[in-house]
Amino acid sequence: MAQTVVQKILARASGVRAVKIGDVVEPRVDLAMSHENAALVIHQFLEIFAGTGRTPAVWNPGRIAIVFDHRVPAESPKTATNQKRVREFVAAHHITRFHDIRGDGGGICHQVLPENGYVHPGHVVVGTDSHTTTHGALGAFAFGIGATEMASVWALGVALNVEVPATIKVSVHGQFPEFVGPKDLILRLIGMLTAEGANYRVLEFHGETIRRMNTSGRLVLCNMAVEAGATSGIVPADEETARYLREEAGALDFIDEVQPDAHAGYERTLEVDVADLAPMIACPHTVDNVQPLTEVAGRHVNQIVIGSCTNGRLDDLAMAAQVLRGRKVAKNTRLLVFPASARVYREAMEQGYLATLMEAGAVVMNSGCGPCLGVHQGALGDGEVALSTTNRNFKGRMGNPTAAVYLCSPAVAAASAVTGVITDPRALGGEARP
Amino acid sequence: MTTVVYVVGDDISTDVIYPGRYMATVLPSETPQYAFANDAAFNQKLALGGAGGIAPGSIVVAGRNFGCGSSREQAVSCLVGRQLTIVARSFARIFLQNAINLGLRIAICPTIEARVGDVLEFGAGGVKNRKTGERYATMPLPASRQAIMDAGGLIAYTRARLSATGA
Repeated sequence: MAQTVVQKILARASGVRAVKIGDVVEPRVDLAMSHENAALVIHQFLEIFAGTGRTPAVWNPGRIAIVFDHRVPAESPKTATNQKRVREFVAAHHITRFHDIRGDGGGICHQVLPENGYVHPGHVVVGTDSHTTTHGALGAFAFGIGATEMASVWALGVALNVEVPATIKVSVHGQFPEFVGPKDLILRLIGMLTAEGANYRVLEFHGETIRRMNTSGRLVLCNMAVEAGATSGIVPADEETARYLREEAGALDFIDEVQPDAHAGYERTLEVDVADLAPMIACPHTVDNVQPLTEVAGRHVNQIVIGSCTNGRLDDLAMAAQVLRGRKVAKNTRLLVFPASARVYREAMEQGYLATLMEAGAVVMNSGCGPCLGVHQGALGDGEVALSTTNRNFKGRMGNPTAAVYLCSPAVAAASAVTGVITDPRALGGEARP
Repeated sequence: MTTVVYVVGDDISTDVIYPGRYMATVLPSETPQYAFANDAAFNQKLALGGAGGIAPGSIVVAGRNFGCGSSREQAVSCLVGRQLTIVARSFARIFLQNAINLGLRIAICPTIEARVGDVLEFGAGGVKNRKTGERYATMPLPASRQAIMDAGGLIAYTRARLSATGA
């Protein structure tokens, strides 16, 4: 039986030769990731063991990753106390893949996991974060779960009752125009699919545009697959995956580039040509409210955010620096930059990107989720408008239900910082100083 | 048979159900106070409970893709704590799974139409709006999660699995 990548991964992880769409399996888990909500996972985990007479023990401390990123450094005594409890649990249970608040190894979970080589093609990855879909960029089957579900994984080492999902094949062709890239592509796709158009489905990315795309760009696509409702996004592994794992993530062990069969059964195929793609914007208050930038060009924005698990990587900061070099952030707006990890921060510093951004007027913050989810740093005032490279624009998302959030690429964010209004980077007047 | 107390549209995200600024609060015993916190009037009626506010067992009717967005389980535990029933045209995947895991009362009802004050009656395979007399079919919850529902939630289910395997 011809199988999709996810069918193959689930079959192998469940110890069977093949699985059909809709089969219910219990795959062993290769990596179980949590962030600050590990505090709730721990509570539920201890609840499971309470009354059993057993000593609480995780199934495999080497396969659990915990990364503090949502509220770093802690914004309140309550968060600080949760983080303290997590540290105590990590020490007591010998969890090794723990990334605390540090300048030499912390950051956003969806950057820390790939750059440390924790995720390999063929892995089953679960995370108590809906953007766990990100890790499909490395050829893994990665999906978000709730905290109690994670407590169960910690206890049993398997994901319970997983229905083998159908797959939508997304075939991407053509070369991106200048200043247009993976973020514009995924916004366009979400606009086409709608917010629940891929519900219970996997988006499997193919085509020469994907093959040419670096891992950083693939992470953007898979990160936002969930905004179309997808259980996961996945890019079947190739030479670029192996290159990333060996050169950037320090992977030494065997890399199994698991591929879909030639005649795998896809529910449907979407063909996209990016040669004519224009910069795209997701308008308030749903991610599928996607418009070409021209529809909202000129709208004033009070705050611009460049960062997050979607677009806070080195090439995103390089793009922002390229646009802002020799230019200034407009007086009537403010630009906040959040490198996605400590490593990205350091590399951006060494490359001079951070200096360029600061000279332009940006505020460079520590690595973390920042204002994306409205709990910490960079809150919006009543009625204010934000333009952000993050992945969600729901009402109240950045902490203020009267504010509005527009989503865009790093190039558009940087160009708009110069003018204070939503701006196509290709239309930015005057030459930037080299 | 219970009363509809709140009606919302499509794509209601977990940011609306449980705003991110309260995510440092994690315990199911503490999350109910922040249910629908951005709608202060509704949130306060929930806090009052049966005494002049919203009685336990009341119904929220929603459109498609209820609970989209973040995987935060607080968005489910806060509704469990307020003893609400959610009748939605469809649910987002992670929210539905969390709802079953924590025992939130839900019904998937793809064509439901109701207004605040209507009374819904639940029967086998459907819901009747007693105000309008209309009947609406409900979809079964995923069969793959039946064992968890039968066990009374995921904690009890996993506890039983641990004992069974001797792990």
